[in-house]
Amino acid sequence: MRRAILAAAAALLALGVSTPAAAALQVFACEPEWAALSTEIGGDKVSVYAATTGVQDPHQIQARPSLISKARTADLTVCTGAELEIGWLPMIVQQSANKKIAAGGRGVFQPTDYVKLAETPASLDRSQGDIHAGGNPHIQSDPRNMLPVGKALADRFAELDPANAATYHARYAAFATKWNAALAKWQAEAAPLRGQQIAVQHRSWVYLENWLGLHRVIALEPKPGVPPSSGYLAQVLEVLKKQPVKMIIRAAYEDGRPSEFVGQRAGVPAVMLPYTIGGSDQAKDLYSLYDDTLNRMLKALK
Amino acid sequence: MKAVASLAAAAAVTLSFAGSAHAAPAAQAQAADMAAIKAQVNALKSEYDGKISALEARLKAAEDRAAAAEASAPRVTAAPPASFAAPTDAAPGEVIIADNASAEPVQRTSSPNAMNPGVSVVLNGNYVADSRDPAAQRIAGYALSDDGKIKRRGFSLDESEITLAANVDPFLLANLTISFGSDNQPSVEEAYIQSTALPGGLTLKAGRFFSAIGYLNERHAHNWTFIDMPLPYRALLGRQYGDDGVQVRWLAPTPFFLELGAEAYRGDRFPGGGNDKNRAGTQTAFVHTGGDFNSSSSWLAAASYIHTQAHDRVTDGPVGPDTFSGSDDLGIASLVYKWAPGGNPVNQNVVLSGEYFYGRQRRTFDTVAASRDSRGWYVQGVYQFTPHWSTGLRYAALDRVDVPVLLRGTTFDPLGKSPSAVSGLIEYDTSEFGRFRAELTHDMSDRRSNDELMFQYTVVYGPHGAHRY
Repeated sequence: MRRAILAAAAALLALGVSTPAAAALQVFACEPEWAALSTEIGGDKVSVYAATTGVQDPHQIQARPSLISKARTADLTVCTGAELEIGWLPMIVQQSANKKIAAGGRGVFQPTDYVKLAETPASLDRSQGDIHAGGNPHIQSDPRNMLPVGKALADRFAELDPANAATYHARYAAFATKWNAALAKWQAEAAPLRGQQIAVQHRSWVYLENWLGLHRVIALEPKPGVPPSSGYLAQVLEVLKKQPVKMIIRAAYEDGRPSEFVGQRAGVPAVMLPYTIGGSDQAKDLYSLYDDTLNRMLKALK
Repeated sequence: MKAVASLAAAAAVTLSFAGSAHAAPAAQAQAADMAAIKAQVNALKSEYDGKISALEARLKAAEDRAAAAEASAPRVTAAPPASFAAPTDAAPGEVIIADNASAEPVQRTSSPNAMNPGVSVVLNGNYVADSRDPAAQRIAGYALSDDGKIKRRGFSLDESEITLAANVDPFLLANLTISFGSDNQPSVEEAYIQSTALPGGLTLKAGRFFSAIGYLNERHAHNWTFIDMPLPYRALLGRQYGDDGVQVRWLAPTPFFLELGAEAYRGDRFPGGGNDKNRAGTQTAFVHTGGDFNSSSSWLAAASYIHTQAHDRVTDGPVGPDTFSGSDDLGIASLVYKWAPGGNPVNQNVVLSGEYFYGRQRRTFDTVAASRDSRGWYVQGVYQFTPHWSTGLRYAALDRVDVPVLLRGTTFDPLGKSPSAVSGLIEYDTSEFGRFRAELTHDMSDRRSNDELMFQYTVVYGPHGAHRY
């Protein structure tokens, strides 16, 4: 009996260990947008696992066993950084016992290291809410950021997997060309949005605001990560009376009630934006993510 | 007359000379100013010309590179050069990025406290009201360690903790947790070093730490689901087992989560005690596995075993001190299920957990030779129904233990009871870092039942710690 159990256990382990690793690099991407970018750059040379979906709040993810087992075999983590994942990723990395992806190693790639971050707090105190020391981490809301991040990612892939360096660089060049064309298209489409006043639910759109030339009048959260009380929303309504906005935007993963509440009373559309791939049915990949984002905002403008 | 005229002429000349002597320096100064301004303008112009032409050159270069990349996209040579300080390097398309130019250089200064460990502090405060005297309250049939007993009545400062944690070097991390109990005595709750760079999914730990057996055992008091631990933990493990020893864990490279581990401890802590030998007094082994059912629900299962030896272990019981010498074996089966809509626990989530304990204690209870089995279990569920608010329910029970007649009247006397307790919980979180809870327990572990009402606040401040599953 004991022998049978041991044999079964050994077989099980062998099965697990010999899982085919055809791709050279195992990538653990914390968010869907970085998973998609990793696939754009890596193609079939990388195997990409997306740890979260578009409807999950990347600030707060449970350190589930499935994530730990995926991190165990990863060669590289591609996670936003700037403390976005501070509540869960360190636990997964520690429990994964995988030194490749331990902090400070070359197996850690943080897109926020490659763009200039906005809203870097002057002082750090939790009374300010859920602030990030490095600055606002929601850089994927500006598609222009995909270029410097993609370039650095290609370099990192090439460094970790020199045999396929040529492929990574070539794929990046092709991506950059396509992406620049898409940027030009989006910028033309977004022309009516330039200079428009908006309200946001959580301050996760500063890069989108910069990109489209939107003017943020107010955030519905009194402090980052602190849900608004009804009293605070009444104050927001007062502000919106004096400074009307065209729409109130929020991410797919956020509770829609505050923006719906304010939107109804102020007579302003509350717009759910996909925030990342999978946040809406239309946002299926990197390109349709921004297509859908612009569509939804332009529709609200009418 | 001539003299007057010549004098006048001389005067005029003198005057005019004087006048011109006056006028000439002013004109010269003006000219010099003009020249200086001209020179400055020229300098500025040439400087800007230089800058503009430099910028033009960079733009041209960037365009060329972009064009080259475009022209021969699939070719390697056209790919941008590898470099890590990427953002300022003119990547194709970089010219568009006006708002995201280069990050400003960060002032990096070195100071003596730059390498200080992360310091985090946990504060706990309680108010407890009992319908019966907690000092006399027992779990029928079980000798309890001090930690396993119920909390004091009235206001009290519960465990306050200070944790200092940091990487020691590229291979080790260290963690020290000092806790201050309500008795004002500081104690070293955990002090361990842990490997960070072993290959093959191995992790080694040494020092004093909570054992990884069971599901709740490894958690610090501020991370417990309820204010207190369920009955089996209190009766069989003295609340939670932590001791001085070593641990090895191995995370299998399987597509699902599978972790195996073993520990060896000194064996000085309840349920062990009095161990002073070369060999370890306590050994444990555990297996953890788990996965996702779908994007909304996940699970964890664990099987654990702990064997410990006690040599004249003394506990304070309601009828005087009790001693136990012998072996104590305990197996624990644990199941945890978590649900969060779409995997997003912020607004709503449910955590269900249950554990089953099967133990055997053998040899000498007080002065009586005996062997007995103890079984217990608990199930608990916590439902966060809206952000910041949750409610929970727990039922815990221990089977009645059978003891020889000679132990009647001692602490080990089960009093004919099968101890059980039911608890309800309401929790309000101000944020991830602040929490207020109220718990009501109806405890049927003694001859007469005890109703216990507890209020507690818990705050955590310092670096943002990551949460375990």
